[in-house]
Amino acid sequence: MYRQRLTALISGLLFGIGLAISGMVNPAKVLNFLDFAGKFDATLLLVFASGVGVAMLGYYFTFKRAAPFFAERFYLPTVFAVDGRLLGGAALFGVGWGLTGYCPGPALASLAYLQPISFIFLAAMAVGALAARLVPEK
Amino acid sequence: MITTFTPYAGLIGGTLIGLAAIILMAGNGRIAGCSGMFRQMLTLKFDNNFFCRGLFVVGIIAGTALARPFAPNALVIELPKLLPAISGGLLVGFGTALSHGCTSGHGICGISRFSLRSIVATMTFMVVGILTVYITKHVIGG
Repeated sequence: MYRQRLTALISGLLFGIGLAISGMVNPAKVLNFLDFAGKFDATLLLVFASGVGVAMLGYYFTFKRAAPFFAERFYLPTVFAVDGRLLGGAALFGVGWGLTGYCPGPALASLAYLQPISFIFLAAMAVGALAARLVPEK
Repeated sequence: MITTFTPYAGLIGGTLIGLAAIILMAGNGRIAGCSGMFRQMLTLKFDNNFFCRGLFVVGIIAGTALARPFAPNALVIELPKLLPAISGGLLVGFGTALSHGCTSGHGICGISRFSLRSIVATMTFMVVGILTVYITKHVIGG
């Protein structure tokens, strides 16, 4: 149990350091990536490409194991449908992302700056997440 | 705010995020998805999973705080204004809950395990994000 918690903490630390070094914690840098017609900054593409490349390689070897080191099994998603919930949800998320430059990871990371607006964003995010429970499954 | 293209910082940061995803999967068998972590913390069931997720989130905040003084990209950030923060936060929370994932869960982790759902979701929020910025910065605002 403590090994799981330590693993989660170390993973989170690396994640946070990665967000800071890459500048993804700065919403302006994310918005500039999305702004092809304006102050375009391609950094996010390289963050994404290297993140996916590294994870792809690591996952390849990880999934050769029967189970993770500190847990009984791999907890992978059991939903496979490409449906309206997925598309609609991703699209609404895209609007929110484009309005603010924040996705959940950097929004959490921004708490390190102790600015009220980060707490407001996360509070709104919590309300949005809880509201989604009211949407029927089908 | 103008930001400069920082390829090396981007590649180093992305690599660290990829490593974080591997460590969480290889150690705990979990996807390093920030929206899911956040959402499951809202359940307030104080079990082992809750504390794991909480420590992951604490790690993200602490990692950013630790790296910030040494990371030129993170020294000065421009935060959203009040109205976009509220509307954007609602949309991000609602949308990621419906689609079960965000930039980290679908984008990094999902694509890395060749999930069709994640590939579709990532393309969707990327395109919509680009359209949203185009409309807010070049059609309405500017």
